[in-house]
Amino acid sequence: MDRTQLLLALSVTLFSLGFVGVMIRRNALVMLMCLELMLNGVILSLVTFAAHSGTLAGAVLVFLVFVVAAAEIAIAIPIVLLLSRQRRSLDVGAYSELKG
Amino acid sequence: MSLESLVLYFFAAAALAGGVLMLVARHPMRVALALISSMVSLAGIYAVLGVHVIAVFQVLIYVGAVMVFMVYVIMLLDLRDPSFLERYGRAVVPSVALAGVLAIALAAAVAGGDLMSAAELAHYHADRAPATFGVAPFSTEFLEPYWLHFELTSVLLLAAVVAAIAVIRTGRRRDG
Repeated sequence: MDRTQLLLALSVTLFSLGFVGVMIRRNALVMLMCLELMLNGVILSLVTFAAHSGTLAGAVLVFLVFVVAAAEIAIAIPIVLLLSRQRRSLDVGAYSELKG
Repeated sequence: MSLESLVLYFFAAAALAGGVLMLVARHPMRVALALISSMVSLAGIYAVLGVHVIAVFQVLIYVGAVMVFMVYVIMLLDLRDPSFLERYGRAVVPSVALAGVLAIALAAAVAGGDLMSAAELAHYHADRAPATFGVAPFSTEFLEPYWLHFELTSVLLLAAVVAAIAVIRTGRRRDG
């Protein structure tokens, strides 16, 4: 199997595993971590394409995605902490009135 | 099989195992450790690919900053939380089926995509040398064509810091 194809298959698999995690896990923090796994799968495909095509622009884009991911976590975790302080639970079932 | 591809297969298997463990582990701390091992394996893959700068940033930013933050938050939390005892919500079977459909669709899209072969790439790079992913070319790339994007990331990080402080402050006002 070609190296690029193997890595793209791994990328798709990691993205799908993260998706399953976001859908089935109950804990809000675990869901956030599965979201990170999805993002890592996408970054893997980006790096694979950058290394395959031999262009530096892809690597620069990966760095920018890293910065966005760090900013996202810096905001998401305080929100999760506030939610857990308000409801005394991280179970997403406790927030079911968000259904509308 | 060369040593390089052997190492690549090893790291790919390790990343996959970390991803599967994330779904199976019950306690969030174990999920975090599985995610960390998966991320470190991905950094190994990037190093094998020769993209050393990205491998270093993967370890520094993801494992060093994001996951340490996550582990701290897990330590702050109450361990008797019901979501720690019961792993899965109600819609397990439909979600797994949906993810399977998504994976098949993504794999079909990737397999159907038109990837440049080595010969085409050599033709594409005929007028210039293919990039090396060292620190020096990476830095000059940031300071010359992409300087504006680089500066904009600092604005984004500042906005994130301000937003995090604002979220914490509104929470405190509601409590007190």
